[in-house]
Amino acid sequence: MKLVIIDTGSANLNSVAQALRRLGEEPRISSDPADIKAADRLILPGVGTAAAVMGGVERLRLREAITSATCPLLGICLGEQILASRSLESAAGEGPVECLGIIKGEVAPLPRAAGLTLPHMGWNTVSHDGTGLFAGIPDGAYFYFVHSYALPVLPETCGRTTYGVEFTSALAKGNFMGVQFHPEKSGRHGAALLRNFLSL
Amino acid sequence: MLARRIIPCLDVREGVVVKGVQFRNHEVMGSIVDLARRYAEEGADELVFYDITASSDGRRVDKSWVARVAEVIDIPFAVAGGIRSVEDARQILAHGADKISINSPALEDPSLITRLADRFGVQCVVVGIDSYRDPASGECLVKQYTGDVSRTITTSRRTLDWVEEAQRRGAGEITLNMMNQDGMRQGYDLGQLSAVRERCAVPLIASGGAGAMEHFRDAFREAGVDGALAASVFHKRTIAIPDLKAYLRKEGVCVRD
Repeated sequence: MKLVIIDTGSANLNSVAQALRRLGEEPRISSDPADIKAADRLILPGVGTAAAVMGGVERLRLREAITSATCPLLGICLGEQILASRSLESAAGEGPVECLGIIKGEVAPLPRAAGLTLPHMGWNTVSHDGTGLFAGIPDGAYFYFVHSYALPVLPETCGRTTYGVEFTSALAKGNFMGVQFHPEKSGRHGAALLRNFLSL
Repeated sequence: MLARRIIPCLDVREGVVVKGVQFRNHEVMGSIVDLARRYAEEGADELVFYDITASSDGRRVDKSWVARVAEVIDIPFAVAGGIRSVEDARQILAHGADKISINSPALEDPSLITRLADRFGVQCVVVGIDSYRDPASGECLVKQYTGDVSRTITTSRRTLDWVEEAQRRGAGEITLNMMNQDGMRQGYDLGQLSAVRERCAVPLIASGGAGAMEHFRDAFREAGVDGALAASVFHKRTIAIPDLKAYLRKEGVCVRD
């Protein structure tokens, strides 16, 4: 399998690569559009801010290769968020960040609710219907989250988590999938989700 | 619901895991990778590795073991010790650590917190605070260079002030090491934890003093911390993590199964 981790220049790619190696895969880390187009599976990680990740996508001219992908693609954390139309996580003093626009929706900050700390950091439960990425994973399983922004519940939502507000913790639209949590850091359930992605 | 985190802390000195009483008289507890794997398998929610000699010796942490840890475990982990620059942090994160935790270097140059947060995001940046409660005045002050007892100093910073400043500068999480309790196994300093909790809008991790399962319960229920960190009770198998989680669940604390 040609498994490619898309390098947008901002992410901690080693964690994802090591999780895939534990499953017996040998991923290629690349920012070359030709590699992305030739892949059988794509993983789009993201760490930092939406502005930084989209900055990398545009600078490395990856937008077209990503949005025209026909193989299964999994966005992780910010990689999930940038599948949306735009993000309010902008650089200081600037407007919303235009994202990939594969899914119609806007990434917004989690609310500052009483008694809830931000970032939303730690293990939280995901409600899902047990199909697709979640096949064989119990409803309400814990996954590891680290984020302060999220997508609201959308027609494409296939996993929901509550932290002050209910938000999209997993989504799918055709071959494009995304998870707000970090499957590569989510113990056995995370490994099961990645295995499901590889066998789609 | 967000689970409260149980966090074994592995104090690393010269490539092995050690534990001392009140940061002194270190004894060897085992290999880094073996203990990391054991805790991940037993249900730890996260691990913290502190290279407790690094800051006071002016050395950087040895990075090769970070990559070895990242190869074998599938839960998040933080690395602390001697991280003085954005480049130090970048290398550790690139090896697969999820967070970097800074302590003495942040006291030397508080702008380091902001530079790290700007580059990697606040979620990567933990500020560790070694807090000492003066028995005479009752006031809590920040200590520096606690990895080496001969160089440890008590700063003039009050713990609560530093908690606020660290957040203002971009800390995404605070670990409060309560030094009077460290290694004593008499419980966390709940009064101090509660006072810090009131000023802390980012996740707060309690550290120093866990000796029994009730101590974890009290830190979660009475002080409202997000995570509880402990070392010797786990290393010496006084408390098994699955038993601790079963106990906490029975006591009404939300923990991951």
